[in-house]
Amino acid sequence: MLSPDEIAEIDRELAHYEQPAAATIEALKIVQRHRGWVSDEAVAAIAAKLGCSPADVDAVATFYNLIYRRPVGRHVIHVCDSVTCWMLGEPRLTELLKAQLGIDYGQTTADGRFTLLPICCLGTCDRAPAMMIDEDTHRDLESVDAARLSAILERYP
Amino acid sequence: MSARTSPPSKPLTDRIRPNHPPYGLADYERHGGYQGLRAALKMSPQDVTALMKSAGLRGRGGAGFPTGVKWSLVPMGENAPKQKYIIANGDEMEPGTFKDRLLLEGDPLQFIEGITIGGYAIGASIGYVFLRAEYVEAARALRKAIQECYARNRLGRNILGSDFHFDLYLHTSAGRYICGEETALINSLEGKRAIPRAKPPFPATSGLFGKPTVVNNIETLCNVPHIVHYGAEWFRGLSKGKDGGTKIYGASGKLRRPGAWELPMGTTVREILEDHAGGLRAGLKLRGFLPGGASTDFLTAEHLDVPMDFDSIAKAGSRMGTGMMIVLDDQTDVIGMVRNLERFFARESCGWCTPCRDGLPWVEKILASLEAGQGRPEDLTILRQMTRLLGPGRTFCAHAPGAMEPLQSALGHFRLDFERAAARSAAVAGGRP
Repeated sequence: MLSPDEIAEIDRELAHYEQPAAATIEALKIVQRHRGWVSDEAVAAIAAKLGCSPADVDAVATFYNLIYRRPVGRHVIHVCDSVTCWMLGEPRLTELLKAQLGIDYGQTTADGRFTLLPICCLGTCDRAPAMMIDEDTHRDLESVDAARLSAILERYP
Repeated sequence: MSARTSPPSKPLTDRIRPNHPPYGLADYERHGGYQGLRAALKMSPQDVTALMKSAGLRGRGGAGFPTGVKWSLVPMGENAPKQKYIIANGDEMEPGTFKDRLLLEGDPLQFIEGITIGGYAIGASIGYVFLRAEYVEAARALRKAIQECYARNRLGRNILGSDFHFDLYLHTSAGRYICGEETALINSLEGKRAIPRAKPPFPATSGLFGKPTVVNNIETLCNVPHIVHYGAEWFRGLSKGKDGGTKIYGASGKLRRPGAWELPMGTTVREILEDHAGGLRAGLKLRGFLPGGASTDFLTAEHLDVPMDFDSIAKAGSRMGTGMMIVLDDQTDVIGMVRNLERFFARESCGWCTPCRDGLPWVEKILASLEAGQGRPEDLTILRQMTRLLGPGRTFCAHAPGAMEPLQSALGHFRLDFERAAARSAAVAGGRP
């Protein structure tokens, strides 16, 4: 079941396209914004709303890396591991994060606070290395140490 | 209307003030904004397209296709399909590239004016901005600007009192580099997996929902209002070469002042890297550079005096691509860098065709083993074969051939590094019981 808010938001997007299925990605993002991730039940509800099959919606949901088909933490950390960030110390940043959070890529901390994922080039290469936490981009992390990293993470309870 | 007395020499960034929010509509118009659209609405659509051709505007997304030619492929007139679309490709995910972000965050109205003129020229009443998900600030700036344009009759019905109607919608994506390929982008906008389509038919005749569609890069569209306002001759005069205009060039890597700068098209690599990026950090030397993103061939120090324009960089053996350079210094491991690039391409393959889906992870694996000193003597032969087997004509789209560009050029320019790594691997293997 979709909530009234979710339905209203999806309807606004539907008005932008000549075919309802075109709003699939928008609908997935809307549901994910409300629920944190996209469950099988949500896939079926979106399919019913857009008049397509759950298999169609799932094919799309599993293609895009920013649609989560499994639960994630309250905050998702995306570390840019593309070339300029790699040259300027992404491996070091990644190791610091993994040590501090006690998790590897693709995992969520036991308290459900953070999920750690790699991401391709964030388009801020003049201030590499960079990462995103939720919707915030953190830059200039070349000489980041454990203390500064802790201070950044503390902003995400 | 305009506070300006002479045309700007850096039109794209003229109104961008670093660390300030972008201009709202009133300030934008005080600084020459919407003069281009006003002029365009007094011209025939075909004349606007012809103006792009005579200005020598080439697409800034990487391929460099002439914008006026692209627009002229769209059916026009009484018998043309009633619904047509124009799409702005803001899926800026080419590693090393951050120019469209700058333009959208700094001056969203310039882009909106550009896509509106593009819509007028091809007879499209609907435009979409396809924006990568991570560009949150650009999305905010665009939403605000679009809203103001609707409120002030710069979008919607009867724009500026004309009989031209144009709606603009923002679509934020959900990831995947392949969305930047224009037919994959169209599939994604239709709510499908972003898998490239076979061409022909080309989008100009059958694109979004099967309707005539033009896909232009953000930077390309940002040039359009200025060309209409100041003319083709002025635009050609901005450039040092035969392609018109300025270009947002950029450089990243271990440089003193990495960044992005609007400079005359055809500025040399040396001027960009030395005068603007300040050269390499102390103690480092230039070994090579990717001129325009991850999917371009390495060039080396001998190419420093090549002008950064489409034809000159092609003649030097690479592609200008996005014009955003990635610099390799003498302390960075070449094999590690190429391995990083190929991991990116392997991960971002859409999986539709076998050579790309299976070949790229194989390439990545070989490079990783060479980097770790666990390669095999035949690895270099296999890598060279792969650059042919995944090259142009062997795959469904340009993704894998693009991935082969840095690899094949690295195997050429930095052959000794690869041979040394293979030899080191052989020695390690020989020492094992």
